[in-house]
Amino acid sequence: MKTFSSLLEKLLFTPSRNRKKSALKEYIGNTPDPDRGYALAAITGDFKVKNITASFYHELIKDQVDYELFKMSYDYVGDLAETISLIWPIKSVKIQDELSLHAFINLINENSKSEQKKIILDLMNKSNANERWSIIKLTTGGFRIGVSAKLVKLALAEYGNKNIEDIERIWHGLSYPYLNLFEWLENKSFKPKIKFSDMFHPMMLAHPINEEKDFNKLKPSDFFAELKWDGIRVQLVLDNKNKKVYSRTGDEISQSFPDIISNINGNAVLDGELLVGRKFKALPFNFLQKRLNRKKPSKKIINEIPAFVKLYDILFENGNDLRDLPLSKRRYILSNWLKLNPSECLDISKIIDFKDWNDLKQIKIESTEKFNQEGLMIKSKNSVYLSGRPRGLWFKWKKNPLFLDTILMYAQRGHGKRSSYYSDFTFGVLNDNAIVPIGKAYFGFTNEELKKLDNWVRKNTINRFGPVREVKKELVLEIAFDSINESKRHKSGLALRFPRIHRIRWDKPTNETDYLKDIKKAFF
Amino acid sequence: MMAVENAIITHGHADHARIGHQNVLATQNTIDIMKIRYGDKCAGSFQSIEYHKPLKINNLNFTFFPAGHILGSAQILIETKNSRLLITGDYKTSPDSSCQSYELVECDQLITEATFGLPVFQHPKPENEIKKILKAFEKNDTKTYIIGAYALGKSQRVIKLLRDAGYDETIYLHGSQLKICDYYISQGINLGNLEPVSYKKSEDFEGKIVIAPPSALKDKWSRRFSDPVICYASGWMSIKQRAKQSLVEIPLIISDHCDWNELITTIKSCKTKSVWVTHGREDALVYWCKSNNINAEPLYMQGREEE
Repeated sequence: MKTFSSLLEKLLFTPSRNRKKSALKEYIGNTPDPDRGYALAAITGDFKVKNITASFYHELIKDQVDYELFKMSYDYVGDLAETISLIWPIKSVKIQDELSLHAFINLINENSKSEQKKIILDLMNKSNANERWSIIKLTTGGFRIGVSAKLVKLALAEYGNKNIEDIERIWHGLSYPYLNLFEWLENKSFKPKIKFSDMFHPMMLAHPINEEKDFNKLKPSDFFAELKWDGIRVQLVLDNKNKKVYSRTGDEISQSFPDIISNINGNAVLDGELLVGRKFKALPFNFLQKRLNRKKPSKKIINEIPAFVKLYDILFENGNDLRDLPLSKRRYILSNWLKLNPSECLDISKIIDFKDWNDLKQIKIESTEKFNQEGLMIKSKNSVYLSGRPRGLWFKWKKNPLFLDTILMYAQRGHGKRSSYYSDFTFGVLNDNAIVPIGKAYFGFTNEELKKLDNWVRKNTINRFGPVREVKKELVLEIAFDSINESKRHKSGLALRFPRIHRIRWDKPTNETDYLKDIKKAFF
Repeated sequence: MMAVENAIITHGHADHARIGHQNVLATQNTIDIMKIRYGDKCAGSFQSIEYHKPLKINNLNFTFFPAGHILGSAQILIETKNSRLLITGDYKTSPDSSCQSYELVECDQLITEATFGLPVFQHPKPENEIKKILKAFEKNDTKTYIIGAYALGKSQRVIKLLRDAGYDETIYLHGSQLKICDYYISQGINLGNLEPVSYKKSEDFEGKIVIAPPSALKDKWSRRFSDPVICYASGWMSIKQRAKQSLVEIPLIISDHCDWNELITTIKSCKTKSVWVTHGREDALVYWCKSNNINAEPLYMQGREEE
C-alpha cells in the first residue's frame, strides 16, 4: 500500500504529463506482479472495490471524531477522502507487516461489510494521512489525479518499447492484473491472444474542423461527408452467441436496449449512433434521454420510443479485423453486410454527395437550420480505423451555437481541483416577476473568470443549502448551447443541450435578460 | 487596520505591524523588523519591552511572553488586580529553533487566533517534511528546487530546518529575503552560507536550493530557472487539492501557527474560563469550546486572510 500511495501522491502533484508518465514507468519497472497490475487497473478505473461507498466512510468517521466538527471540516475541504484522511485521529500504532496492494484488495473483496469495516479501521489507524487518502480513493473510486487511461497505456508502451496502437487494440480484451501483458512487454512471451469478438474496441473520434485553416489544406474529393447524428455513439459487438451494445467509453448498455438486441444478428463489430424514433426518423435528444440509464425499460416505453442505430462503420466481420482497410472499403463491406443481415433496427448513415467545401457549407446550413441536425462529419476516404483522436482524418463540423441571457441563481462547489471554488452554476430566466431555473453549467469560463465568479458568489450569498449557495439575482450569464428542448428536469419546463457559460455580463442589468415566454416563442 | 495613537504590536508580519502609528510598543526584535521593512520613520516613536517585564499603563499591567511564531513574536497578558486577559497573537507551541520558544501563560480570558482552527489540520513534524526535499535531491540532483516561503519567519525557519537536517551547501535567496535573513543571523540564528540569486545563468542553479516569496514563484522572476521543481512551505499544504491549485510539486507542511491539537491543548492548559476566537476558522473552535464547557465567542476583527 505504501508504494502505491506514494505513486498516487506523486502523480497528483506532478504537473507535467511527461513526468507523470515517467513516474508510472518507474512504478511498473520496480513493482512486482500482481501489485502493479492492480494499481494500473485502479488508476484506469478498470476495477472497482465492491460495496464501499461514501456512506461507509461517513459511518466510519462518526466513531472517530465529533461529527459536527467533521461536517465543518468537510465543508471547508470539499473532498471526502481528503477530509477523512486529515481529520483521522493520529494514533501511534505499531506496524508489523506492510500489507501489499493486492492482499488488501483481496481482503476487502472477500469479506462481508462488517468485516470490511474492521479491516479498513485497522489499516487507517496504521497509516499516515497520504496512505489514508489512497485507501479511501481506492475503495470509493475516482482518484482525480490527472492520469487518463491513455497515459497509462502510453507508459506501458514506452516501458515495453511497443506500439501504442497495439496496446490499445488488445486493452479491452485484457484483465487485471495483466500478467500476460507484462510478459509480452518484458519480451518474455508473445503478444497476448485476445478473443476480439467478445470485447469493446476503442472508438475513433473526430476533431472539430477549423474552416479557415483546414479547408485550404484538404482536397474535397479525398473525403466523405455524412450527417452528424444527435444520439449516443455506440459499438455493436455481435457473434453467434453474444450480442452487446457498448457506449463510447466501453460501458455495456445492452440491458437498456432489448429492442435492439433482439432485432440484430450476424457476426461483426459495428460503429454507429443510437437514436430513437420510428422508421429511422430520429427524434430529438430529450426523447432518447428517457431511454438512457434505464436498466429494464418497460414494454410501454419501448413501444412509445423505439431505438435504432445509424451505422457509420464496420470494424470486424466474421472475426476478420477490417480496421487497417481504408474507410471507402469498410463502407462497401458495411453495406453488403447489412444486405445480408437486414434489421428493422439498423440503417446506414448515408454518404452525402458534394462538389467542394462551399457546396458542403450550403448543405451544412440547410441541414442544421432547416432540419435541425447537429452538423456534419467529414471523413478521409483512406482513413484506417484508429483508436482515439488521430489528427487529420476525421472532422466534425457542428452547427453554430445558440445563446441566451440568463440570471445566476445558485452555485455549488466543484470537485477535485475545483473543490474550493464555487464552479457549478444554476441559472434561470425571467417568468413574469419570478426567475425559474433553466439549466446548469460548469465550464466555458477561464480560471481567472472562475476566481471572480467564486468571489462574487461568496460575497452575494443569501442562503445556504448544504454545499449549495443561493445568490442575489443580480449577475447575468450569457449561455451558449447546442439546442433546446422541452423537459421536466427544470422548473422552466425547458432544457438546454450542452450549455456552457459564454460570457459573464458583469455590465448587464437583469431586467434586460430573456423572458421564458419569448424563449418559447422563438424556439418552438 | 487604521493608524492609531498608541499601538501594541505582537509581531512584525505586515497584517499585524502597520505603518503610521504615533507610538509603538513592541519587543526589540519586532521594532527592528519593522524598521528594516518599513524604514526608521514608520512610526512616530518606538518603545521596546522585554519579555516577562510588566509595564503599567493606566492601571493595567502589560506583560509580553514569547509566542513561538517568528523572531520577537509575543503574546500579551493584560492584568488588572483580579483578572488576566491573554492575547495570543499568532503563535505555535511546537519547537522552532529560529525564534524564542513559546511559553504557556495562564489566564481568565483568552483571545486566540484560529488560522488552522479545524481538526483536519494536524501538522506533521517539520523535520520530516524538510526531508522530502532532501530525498528528492538524492533522486535527482540536477534540478533547481525553489521553495516558496514568506520572507519574514518562514524563510528563516526553512533554512534552519535544512541546516538542522545536515544540508550545508549554499542556499540561494530571492532579493526580498536578504535583509531579514541578515537580521536573524545578527541575532545569533545560524543560517549557514546564503547568497542572493542575482543574475547567474540557469545552469548555475542546477542542484541548488533557492528560497523565494510565494508570489515570485509565478512571476517572471522564476523564468530564469529551467524547469525547476516548485516546493511550498505552508500549513495549507496539507490540503492536497489546494497545493495542486498552486501547481506545487513538493508541498511542505510547515506552519508557524498552531494546528488544531495545539489550539485545544493551549485552551485546556491555560485554564481559561472564556475564549474569544479570531483570525481564521472561528466556528469549529467555538463549537469545541462549548462542547467542553468553556465559554466561547467568535471575535470578528478586521484582519488578514490566510497565512
